[in-house]
Amino acid sequence: MSTEKPLPVIDHDSTPYWEAARQGRLDIPLCGDCGKHHFYPRSVCPHCHSDNLDFDTVSGRGEVHTFTIARRPAGPAFADDVPYVVALIELEEGPRMMSRIQTGDPEKVHIGAKVEVTFVKANDEVTFPYFKLT
Amino acid sequence: MKNGREPVVVGVADAPLEDGKFVTKASVLGHAALVAKAAVEEAGLKLSDVDGLLTAGMWGVPGPGQLATVTLGEYLGIMPIFVDGTNIGGSAFEAHVAHAAMALREGYCEVALIVYSSDQKSLRSRNLGGRPSVLSMQHETPFGMPTPVGGYAMAAQRHMHEYGTTSENLAEIAVATRKWAQLNPEATRRDPLSIDDVLSSTMISEPLHLLDCCLVTDGAGAIVMTTAERAKDLNTRPVAVKGYGEAHTHWAIGEMPDLARLLPAQKAGERAMKMAGVSHSDIDLVEIYDSFTITVLLSLEALGFCKIGEGGDFVSGQRTAPGGAFPMNTSGGGLSALHPGMFGMFLLIEAVRQLRDEAGERQVKGAETALVHGTGGTLSSGATVILQKD
Repeated sequence: MSTEKPLPVIDHDSTPYWEAARQGRLDIPLCGDCGKHHFYPRSVCPHCHSDNLDFDTVSGRGEVHTFTIARRPAGPAFADDVPYVVALIELEEGPRMMSRIQTGDPEKVHIGAKVEVTFVKANDEVTFPYFKLT
Repeated sequence: MKNGREPVVVGVADAPLEDGKFVTKASVLGHAALVAKAAVEEAGLKLSDVDGLLTAGMWGVPGPGQLATVTLGEYLGIMPIFVDGTNIGGSAFEAHVAHAAMALREGYCEVALIVYSSDQKSLRSRNLGGRPSVLSMQHETPFGMPTPVGGYAMAAQRHMHEYGTTSENLAEIAVATRKWAQLNPEATRRDPLSIDDVLSSTMISEPLHLLDCCLVTDGAGAIVMTTAERAKDLNTRPVAVKGYGEAHTHWAIGEMPDLARLLPAQKAGERAMKMAGVSHSDIDLVEIYDSFTITVLLSLEALGFCKIGEGGDFVSGQRTAPGGAFPMNTSGGGLSALHPGMFGMFLLIEAVRQLRDEAGERQVKGAETALVHGTGGTLSSGATVILQKD
């Protein structure tokens, strides 16, 4: 089993999202018909099924909708990170996205905590949007 | 109106385990074939009578397991004319019962065989990590999401936040289930368990402890269904399939519409109970998928046995234990009996044995109607079956 951290397998739906993250922006799809954002990026809006979609730079602010403190790693690749906080972030614009909370004190994380995006470079191709408590 | 084509279960079988591993030496398909043969023979049928084949599994992927019914049919040496390889996770077999029931009613097949086999424990292959992060998983796996426990932990956290559910509430489920396992000689874990034991077990993914999680074992099971008319000639005690329902909402836990409410269970349960014409007070025992303690709590609420948010109170005071008001997971469940990756098959087998009065020391006296509810994926899918003594 690999001890290298898994990287996203980027596809045509997600290329603009990951490219924006690499440039330090949080871009997610916005529907030109129903006016709602969605995440993860799709070619058809999951709310109204329109294909009139464009990427939109969002605020990067949100709150912790729920989370877990991983006391056991998701495989050996994450062993050095334990304990770490994986959290589902509800963005101000509505959609939820899975991420990590960057914190030295996992116990401080709670549902409803306000968070802001921060970008963490994995390699030249991939930068992850993490979040930090504000 | 009855026409003789009402679907019934006429045979069940499962493979013996020791310390969670298969006792018999056979391949994963060998175990599938052995339980299939045992189940059809219990019904007084032969494998060559089978014309409907339904299976789901995790073996042989990538490879022949990608076409699971085809590969299993080949191994069994049969040519089914109705097949269903629906794989929606651990609830697949409840959905298979539904699909077989429809095929039988329609005259599309006469004898349907549903099979599951996994040698994950023997192979030490239980590991959902290390898979490429494709499609929706590119947005979860790279963040170190523990799978599948992390998703269930997030649902538990949310339920605790919204409704004040506690770790003690969840531990009640693990403890009650263990008490049933102590009455089942085939169960893997039969040592005594207290709420304190659960709460002091290793924290895996907060708020879920090690003993909130199901076992990892081998396992194989089979169910044979036919019509009420055909069953008349068989040397068996048929159990009627009175109602069924299924639904799913998401794969990635981040896409779950409401993390504190199990919508597939609500949808599937309502439909199954309406079809069967039963209400909650008619149900004598329930078999509910217990991949994790929280799975049970969310299912009980969504199925309407208590109000949303009141699951913690509902399971308190060992109400679901032997002798309690609400007999649940009477084999010892996935938490204490066995959990070979996809447990839904074994919920059905246990319900059938209970309804045939074959459950020995753990028999629920006078049980006539059972509700079986499977959950698959990460709270992704749900399928309900209502079984009744014929």
